Amino acid sequence: MEAVVVENITKTYGKGKVLAVDNVSFSVNKGELFGLIGPDGAGKTSIFRMLTTLLLPDEGSATVDGFNVVTDFKQIRSSVGYMPGKFSLYQDLTIEENLNFFATVFGTTVTENYHLIQDIYVQIEPFKKRRAGKLSGGMKQKLALCCALIHKPTTLFLDEPTTGVDPVSRKEFWEMLRRLKKQGITIIVSTPYMDEAALCDRIALIQNGKILSIDTPDNVTRSYPANLYAIKANEMYRLLKSLETFPDRLNSYAFGEYAHATFRSEKLDTAHLEHFLTDKGLSGIEIKRIPATIEDSFIKLLN
Amino acid sequence: MEEKVIVCDKLTKRFGYFIATNEISFEVNKGEIFGFLGANGAGKTTAMRMLCGLSAPTSGSATIAGYDVYSETEKIKRNIGYMSQKFSLYENLTVLENVEFFGGIYGLTDQEIKEKTEELASKLGLKSEMKKLVGSLPLGWKQKLSFSVAVLHEPKIVFLDEPTGGVDPVTRRQFWDLIYEAADRRITVFVTTHYMDEAEYCNRISIMVDGRIEVLDTPANLKKQFQANSMDEVFYQLARSAKRADS
Amino acid sequence: MKQFIAFVRKEFFHVLRDRRTLLILFGMPIAQILIFGFALTNEVKDSEILVVDYAKDDASQQIITEIAASRYFNIRNAALTHKEMLSTFQKGKIKAVIVFPASFNRYLLHNNQAQIQVITDATDINTANMITNYLTAIIKDYQAKINENLLVPYQIIPETRMLYNPQLKGAHGFVPGVMALVLMLVSVMMTAISIVREKEMGTMEILLVSPFKPVLVIFAKAFPYLILSLINVTAILFLSVFALDLPVKGSLLLLFLESTLFIITCLALGIFISIKTDSQQIAMLISLMGMLLPTMMFSGFLFPIENMPVPLQVISNIIPSKWFYIIVKSIMIKGLGIGSLWKETLILAGMTLFLLTVSLKSFKIRLQ
Repeated sequence: MEAVVVENITKTYGKGKVLAVDNVSFSVNKGELFGLIGPDGAGKTSIFRMLTTLLLPDEGSATVDGFNVVTDFKQIRSSVGYMPGKFSLYQDLTIEENLNFFATVFGTTVTENYHLIQDIYVQIEPFKKRRAGKLSGGMKQKLALCCALIHKPTTLFLDEPTTGVDPVSRKEFWEMLRRLKKQGITIIVSTPYMDEAALCDRIALIQNGKILSIDTPDNVTRSYPANLYAIKANEMYRLLKSLETFPDRLNSYAFGEYAHATFRSEKLDTAHLEHFLTDKGLSGIEIKRIPATIEDSFIKLLN
Repeated sequence: MEEKVIVCDKLTKRFGYFIATNEISFEVNKGEIFGFLGANGAGKTTAMRMLCGLSAPTSGSATIAGYDVYSETEKIKRNIGYMSQKFSLYENLTVLENVEFFGGIYGLTDQEIKEKTEELASKLGLKSEMKKLVGSLPLGWKQKLSFSVAVLHEPKIVFLDEPTGGVDPVTRRQFWDLIYEAADRRITVFVTTHYMDEAEYCNRISIMVDGRIEVLDTPANLKKQFQANSMDEVFYQLARSAKRADS
Repeated sequence: MKQFIAFVRKEFFHVLRDRRTLLILFGMPIAQILIFGFALTNEVKDSEILVVDYAKDDASQQIITEIAASRYFNIRNAALTHKEMLSTFQKGKIKAVIVFPASFNRYLLHNNQAQIQVITDATDINTANMITNYLTAIIKDYQAKINENLLVPYQIIPETRMLYNPQLKGAHGFVPGVMALVLMLVSVMMTAISIVREKEMGTMEILLVSPFKPVLVIFAKAFPYLILSLINVTAILFLSVFALDLPVKGSLLLLFLESTLFIITCLALGIFISIKTDSQQIAMLISLMGMLLPTMMFSGFLFPIENMPVPLQVISNIIPSKWFYIIVKSIMIKGLGIGSLWKETLILAGMTLFLLTVSLKSFKIRLQ
């Protein structure tokens, strides 16, 4: 059973001048945790806004819970939960007031669906009399999630919920999403952080309004088309510069403490490369074959 | 002996009873890439503002490029560059107009601005875009351009506040190429980021927790010290102990 | 309905928790009433008036007594040459000189017409104007009194501008003016800003993606400002009655009904601005430049419309506050009822209907 079906939707701005979403199709199963992964300006927010009935697609069609996003917007609006990217709650209302307000607007009460948010809410409950403007980033995010969940939505749209949030809060946030998934809620989340992709059931990599690849994170990385090597040396900048001049090199880039590289020949002559790098004055050289990550796949797809 | 461009000694900033930055002490060498990490609310922004001469410390001392943060803020501002994710460039000016404007602000001569403009255009591959409005460029280009403008006047130090947020992985690496190049020209780079892989690109990093600098070392040493495989784990272990993050 | 109430409650929280909003909401009307009301009456109060009475007859003495009875003037008698009079003015001590020509009463009785010279210090043109007006009003009063039992009326100076303000209340024109101004500010600017704020904060997106009817969002945003504006009307009337001594002559109920109508006009304008703009600053600028300035310029509150060039007079007709100003002035000062005001009321109602239709038509249930 599919919760969201998107067929060939296109969206332009400024009277057709700016192409934001370019003929995109995908579908999300009920109860799935689906990730739209891509940088800012890739078209993620436009897709979210079309699915939440805030924008009309120029072409193509989409349904949420079987309802058409153009004609059945009323049904969709009462059944989905949405957390926009720049959403920042009402700064001058307290945690409690914010939550109560959104519950009432959605025609429910906090007690009615408390079981859904309990996990998250208990973490911020001690501060329930505090105004939202005075909360830390992580707490604001938890409150925002509570507000989006309070009416027991069938599908939850989270637009870049972790942008600008530190790694610890990000990790906690993803743990919350996994628990929500167990409650049977379909979750569609967008993020510019590639490392978060691995936590989704399926992902769509998106850039410049086009979907580059849709699959499970494992399949995306498994289908990496080349042999990937991680190379380490005592000096990163020199290492990168040296790799660029290595004749057999296809692509190379920094990746944490290593540089990742692909080569033209089927089997890399590691001894030869090590020799080459030593000649360039590098030391502490380590070369190993590694499986690709989502980020590697994305970089490959972009090239 | 390495030349020190940032020397901080027990630098503290209080807001009423709240100690945003609590006696932080560290030194940064010339030409070093220094990563300044910490969870949201750990006090990074406050510390960075003091170092840029935008906010006077409550106590402690610091010199930036040899100038005192209390009394010589004007000189500090002339010797640093600053770039943040939020403010980059004027969107409704063209690339060229932005470069000319910022060049003018830092007192570059017309000849210097002309040379710099050409150099920047060819380095970033923006030759055909110089007359376009900055607002019409993709985010990644804006960020690269904004960095190039921040180092236009060859400052001693450039402060980067989450410069790569939301940028695609390829552009992010191109951005870091620019950082490496600047460091190669002996410009000190002081950078904050939420990408832990980027922490690895720094020569040394500090991690702030609850207003204090908890650790400061090379990425390799930190991983060894915390018996962690990645900087992500180091960060997680440290930030978990924070009391203030969620209060 | 429950949703609506929750919304309105939230809106009140916003207002009550923001000290600046509160200050604009309640500090401003009070300050304006007091400034306009008192500052202007004080200027005229206790003005030194020099009386040069060459007649010294019954008529001149009676007029002088009338003027002296008014608490606005202190009378000093003197016989001065023209030159001496000029030097007294230059010292700035006196505000006006009244000259009764010799045989004033005789002229009046025999020619049915006599002249009084009123000379004012026009360096301060407003005060001079006001003093002239007050003095002529007193003289007219006297004229009316002596004309009561006469077939052929005596004429002293024809002047009708003070007709409805025999007690010489300076605040009379300002209370309705301030009322229009305050309602504009609260209803147009505050409403526009508060809706645009939701857009800026991204909460508008959530509200749109909720079962709550989008049009109700707009109504719920506007409703609290209707209440607050009515509170403001009450406060202004209270101040004008008790602090400025200016009672409401006409029906209080009618005054409130007309105010409600005008507030709805303003709310419609505010909503329209908020739909067309995306930032609080722009909403504020448009409200200030587009609404407040015309209210000050064209309502007749600061500058008499009759004195404007014809094109501006025509423009003044499309300013809702002009009509509201006329209505309030008529009810408060002249004590007129709906019978004499139906035309103005109809025009205002028409404008309201038009603005409401336009703003609700342009309101979109989606983002673009």
